[in-house]
Amino acid sequence: MSTQPLLEVDHLKVDFRTDEGLVHAVDDVSFRLGQSEVLAVVGESGSGKSVTAMTLMGLTRSPNARFEGSARLRGQELITASDDELRKLRGKEIAMIFQDPMTSLNPVHRIGKQIVEQIQAHDDVSDAEARDRVVTLLDRVGIPRSRERIDSYPHEFSGGMRQRVMIAMALSCDPGVLIADEPTTALDVTIQAQILREMRDLRERTGTSIILVTHDLGVVADIADRIAVMYSGRIVETGTLDEIFYDPQHPYTWGLLGSIARIDRPRPHRLPSIPGQPPSLIDRPEGCHFRPRCRHEFEDCPKYPELEGRIGQAPGHDDRCWLPVEEKRDRRVVADGQIGLEAEGATA
Amino acid sequence: MSAAAAPNGDAMLDVEHIKQHFPIRRGILNTVAGHVHAVDDVSFTLREGETLGLVGESGCGKTTLSRTLMRLIDPTAGRITFRGRDITHASRRELRPVRTEMQMVFQDPYASLNPRKRISQIIGGPLELHGVARDEIAQRTADLLERVGLQREHVNRFPHEFSGGQRQRIGVARALALEPKLIVLDEPVSALDVSIQAQIVNLLEELQEDFGLTYIFVAHDLSVVRHVSDRIAVMYLGRIMELSPAEQLYSKPIHPYTAALLSAIPIPDPRENRRRDRIVVGGEPPSPVDPPPGCVFHTRCPRAQDICRSEIPPLTDYGNGHLAHCHFPLNVTREEIAGSTKSPLSPAASGDSQPQYVDPELHPA
Repeated sequence: MSTQPLLEVDHLKVDFRTDEGLVHAVDDVSFRLGQSEVLAVVGESGSGKSVTAMTLMGLTRSPNARFEGSARLRGQELITASDDELRKLRGKEIAMIFQDPMTSLNPVHRIGKQIVEQIQAHDDVSDAEARDRVVTLLDRVGIPRSRERIDSYPHEFSGGMRQRVMIAMALSCDPGVLIADEPTTALDVTIQAQILREMRDLRERTGTSIILVTHDLGVVADIADRIAVMYSGRIVETGTLDEIFYDPQHPYTWGLLGSIARIDRPRPHRLPSIPGQPPSLIDRPEGCHFRPRCRHEFEDCPKYPELEGRIGQAPGHDDRCWLPVEEKRDRRVVADGQIGLEAEGATA
Repeated sequence: MSAAAAPNGDAMLDVEHIKQHFPIRRGILNTVAGHVHAVDDVSFTLREGETLGLVGESGCGKTTLSRTLMRLIDPTAGRITFRGRDITHASRRELRPVRTEMQMVFQDPYASLNPRKRISQIIGGPLELHGVARDEIAQRTADLLERVGLQREHVNRFPHEFSGGQRQRIGVARALALEPKLIVLDEPVSALDVSIQAQIVNLLEELQEDFGLTYIFVAHDLSVVRHVSDRIAVMYLGRIMELSPAEQLYSKPIHPYTAALLSAIPIPDPRENRRRDRIVVGGEPPSPVDPPPGCVFHTRCPRAQDICRSEIPPLTDYGNGHLAHCHFPLNVTREEIAGSTKSPLSPAASGDSQPQYVDPELHPA
C-alpha cells in the first residue's frame, strides 16, 4: 500500500503474573501496518489477538503485566510511552472500537456529549463547532436524523446503531490507525453487512489504516488486505488475503480454513474439525505450540520456529512451520482441492 | 443427518397457530400498555428423527418459540401436540413424564452449568429426580461422559475445570441422561470457537444417528444450520417467512428476506466474495410491540408493493415441502405459482390472494 509503514511491531511479548503461574499471552509478535491497509488478526479465544490490540492502546498496563519488544507508531514508541504521552495519542492517532457496543458507551450521558468530550480533549474547538463535527460524523457512519439523535442516550439505540456511534467516536479525531476488536460479532448478519460496508467506505474516503481483530474468516475475506493468523500467543502465519486463503503454509491455518461450514459448497457428511484444544498459556509445548494437535508433527517440531519467509518467491508471506514448502502444499489438500488439516470423517 | 428418511417419520411435534404475546405493564396500577408480539401465529410439524433448523436474527422469536414448545412458558394461543398428546395446557404434574422425552441444550456453556456442582451431580441430577437407583446413576453418568467424548474420571470435577467446548459436551450429556426423544438445541455452538464448533456439531450428528433423536436446532448462523438440518424455518418478527428442505433454501430462496440473509453472509473465500453481487438490506427490524400491518418484512423489502402493506400473505406451498410467506416470491416460475396452494400452516389472519409473478428481468432481486 505504501512504502513507509505506519505501525511497526517488533518481537512484542506480553506476560501476566497470576496465582497459577506466568501467562504468556503474547509471544514474539511482529508485524507492519501500512497506510490505509486493513490487517486482519485472526485466531481463536486465547490466541492473544485481543491482548496484542489492547497493548498497542496501552490498555493492558497493570502491575502484574510485563512487556518486551517494541511497537512504533510513525516512529514513536508505544510500549514505553508514559501514560501522558499515550493519552495524547489515544483517540487522536490510534483509536479502538470494541466487540460489545452495549458496555463501551457510558449509559448516563447523551452520545453527543460523549463524542464532544473526546474531540475537545484533543482539539481546542468551541462547543458548537465540536457539535457540528459530531453531526457530520454521525451522518458519515449512517445514522439517520443525526441532528436529533445526537441528544439520545445509548439505550435508545439498537446494537447496530450503537456500534455506528462507537465508530463515529473512534473516528472523531481522524486517527491514522483504527483498531476494531470483533466489531460485528455481536451483530446480526444484515447489520454486519451494513457495518462492514461503512468500514470499507471509510477506509477509502479517509485512508485510515485498520487492524481488524476477528475469528470470522468470512468477515476477513470481505474486508482485509493482509492477515496475521495467531495461535497460542504467536503469529503462526502472515501474508496477503489471497496467500493465506489459497496458499496457506501453517497446518493450523489449514485446520481453520477447513473447519468452516460454507454455504456455497456441497455439505460434507461431517464437518472437519481440529482435534484437541489449544494449550494452556502457562505451560506451553516446546517449539511449535500447535504440535500436540497437528497430525503432521515430525522430529523438527520441538525446535523453536521463527516467523520467517519460507517460500522463496513470496516476500511477506511468513510462517512458523518446519515442513518443507512442497510437502505442505501436498499435505494440506484433503479432498478434491479442499484445504484442511485432516480428511473428512477423521475422528475428532 | 438421514436427510432422505427423516421427513417420512411419524409426527413428533405438531404446532398449530402458536402465539406468544408478552404484556408490557406500565405505571403504578400495572396497566397493560401493549404487547410484545414475540411469536405471532406459527405452525409446523416436526417429524421423528428429523432436524428442523430455526433461524433468524435477534428478536425474531426463535428462542421464545422453542421455549414455548418445551412448555417453559405458556402460549398465548394455539395448540402444541407432542407425540399425539395435547400438551398446550398440561399441568406441571402432567408434564413430568413428558419432560423426560424433551430436553434442551443452552447457548452459553458458562452460564448453563451450576458452578458449585460437580459433573456427577449435574448429569446425575435429572436421573435422581426421576427415581433412578444411586449406583446405576454413577454408572450411567460415567457412560454418558464417555459417550460425549470426555473421560469417566472427570465425574468429580467442577465446571470451571473445563473449556467451553468441553462444557458444551457436559450440557449435551445432561440432556441425554433421561434418553429423550426430542432435544431443543438453542444456539448450541454460537459461543464456541470455529474449530470447536465443528467438534460439537459432529458429536450432535453422531448422537442423533445412534439414538434416533429428533432435533430443533435454533441458530442465527445459516452456515451451521445448513450443515445439520433436514428442513429450515426462517423467522422474522415472530413469523415464519420460509419453510423449506435445507438444500433448497440455499439454492432457491423464495422469500426476499431469506435471499437478503444469505446474501449478507460473507463467504470465507476472497475470490468468490468479490464475484458475488451482494444485496445489503437497509434499516433494522421494526419493533415487535407494534409490528407493521401486512407482511412484517415490507418496511425493509426491496420488492414491497401496496398489497404487502395491507394484506398478510399466506404461507404458499410450492411443492416438495417448500413454503414461503410472500406476495412477490423470488426464484419461482409462472407455472410454479399457478401450481402453488395456500398451506394450512398459514397464519389465520392471512389473505387468500395468490402470489404474483415478478419478471426477474424487470425487477431483479
